[in-house]
Amino acid sequence: MAKKKFVVGCFDDEAVLFPAVKKVRAAGYKIHDVYTPFAVHGLDHAMGLRETSLHTAGFIYGITGTSTALGGISWILVKDWPLNFGGKPNFSLPAWIPVTFELTVLFAAVGMVLTFCYLCQLAPFVRKHHFHPRATDDLFVMAIECTDKTNVDDLQAFLSSNGAIETNVQVAETGWWLGTYDMEEKNLEHSNTVVA
Amino acid sequence: MASIRDQFEIPGKMKTWSLALIGIGGAALLYGMFTKGFSKDEHEQVHFWGTLMYNTIFWTLICNASMFFICITTLAMGGWQQSFRRIPEAISTLVPVFGVITFAVLLYVVLGHKHHIYHWLDAKAVANDPILRGKKGFLNPNFFIIWTTLTIGLWSLLGWRMRQISREADEAPFTQESGARYIYRGTVRAALFLVWFALTVGSTVPWLWMMSIDAHWYSTMYSWYTFASSFVSGMSLVALWVIYLKNKGYLELTTQEHLHDIGKFMFAFSIFWTYLWFSQYMLIWYANIPEETVYFKHRVQGPYKGIFFLNLIINFICPLLILMKRSAKRNYTLVTFMAVLIIFGHWIDFYQMVMGSLSKDHVTLGWLDFGILAFFVGTMIFMTSRSLASKPLVPKYHPFLKESIIHQV
Repeated sequence: MAKKKFVVGCFDDEAVLFPAVKKVRAAGYKIHDVYTPFAVHGLDHAMGLRETSLHTAGFIYGITGTSTALGGISWILVKDWPLNFGGKPNFSLPAWIPVTFELTVLFAAVGMVLTFCYLCQLAPFVRKHHFHPRATDDLFVMAIECTDKTNVDDLQAFLSSNGAIETNVQVAETGWWLGTYDMEEKNLEHSNTVVA
Repeated sequence: MASIRDQFEIPGKMKTWSLALIGIGGAALLYGMFTKGFSKDEHEQVHFWGTLMYNTIFWTLICNASMFFICITTLAMGGWQQSFRRIPEAISTLVPVFGVITFAVLLYVVLGHKHHIYHWLDAKAVANDPILRGKKGFLNPNFFIIWTTLTIGLWSLLGWRMRQISREADEAPFTQESGARYIYRGTVRAALFLVWFALTVGSTVPWLWMMSIDAHWYSTMYSWYTFASSFVSGMSLVALWVIYLKNKGYLELTTQEHLHDIGKFMFAFSIFWTYLWFSQYMLIWYANIPEETVYFKHRVQGPYKGIFFLNLIINFICPLLILMKRSAKRNYTLVTFMAVLIIFGHWIDFYQMVMGSLSKDHVTLGWLDFGILAFFVGTMIFMTSRSLASKPLVPKYHPFLKESIIHQV
């Protein structure tokens, strides 16, 4: 658990936000995240985020569900406790498909939700820092991570000149458990910042 | 807009190839017609007319699925399809052509009293059979002919009206009001087509044309199953044309994003098809009642076993595993391969749906099937390319066109 310093710029227009994101990245600043009231198409490309591997995880969870179901049912109904259902063979695949399907969906869904929560560092009773309350209403909020070399005043002026209607500096928790932010911190050789 | 190549010119090679296919197919068709279709042997007759039936029905339905795609996206206020909408429209111009062929074939079968194909044509058998007597209101020659005429006529008419309204977007820019009115008129026409589509492909027509071959047997899922088959093949056909035109340097406004969404349709409806395949199969397997299992008996355990399971592998396992990844749906080569495979797979599916009931003892797949297939593929390529060349490839004043240009998945 470490605290980090962020420079926050608020934008009220998508059309202003996109060029600003590009310029901030071109200037070499590290964008921590951009918080928007709705999903903005193309913003992930503009921010240079890599594609999530959540769906690969989902596929693996799904396959696990499929094999759990097929393995489980076939072991129970063929080997462990064979029963005669209306003269059907013990190994009767069609009857198992609905259960297999359901377990595949269940494993994939639950697994993906938990993985998503882990990746976003969300859990019950964890309070996430809100950079701006209006980020869920009508503002596009860009948070830029500071290093000890960052000149905060310059950065704020730079954001304002690129259309930010409001800028400020905030110090926030970076993660709660083995978070990716903590690992990044080591790479940046960042000393704990306490002054805002 | 000046730089857009929006006028398709048919390459000479394409014309040659499609005409060659029509020639080969037409020769096979005529040869088959005189050696088998008009022969004295009833098995030969059933073989020929059955083969022709499933091919005409398959191609009519998948071309009509293109118009279904246009209507459903229009009604849903979709914008993304505008940049390539002329392709499904061009494919749907084949509905009247293939529809007339289907109509002629079905009319010959019904008026020629081919009761080896449609058992319910045999009046004596119907009179002595309580099950067929009960279905007489639906399965009788008069209703069959009237309903088939209405079906094909209205598909052609309503589809033609949809294409007409699309052409209006070529002429002049819309104002705010005229644009809104234009969109509204489009949704009304699309809704009319869809209602008729639901009454035909969505319910009665597959029962009437194909399921009634097994006159005693019925499955309420049959029509949905046929619809899913035709829609997924129809989307594959659209994908093939999009990729072909992209490779020729047309359709600059259509990108991988659009291809990705078409690929999603191919993927999703392959799974939907499997869902219906399985639902139909599992309920009958589970209940295990002789009058229901009669349809599956020779397909699962008889000579059609190979085709029956090949069908499932081609139409479910392959799309599921190959088209699942995002990068696969954006890859021209993979989508082309899968589109061809899916169309072939559903053609085989229609084959076993019709011929599996007509020739229960042995699989008849042979030169006649592939010859007639060549005829239909050739006609499809020839007519679609002509239709594409006859109008601009992009409806350049369509109010939603911008939405299609900036489309992103």
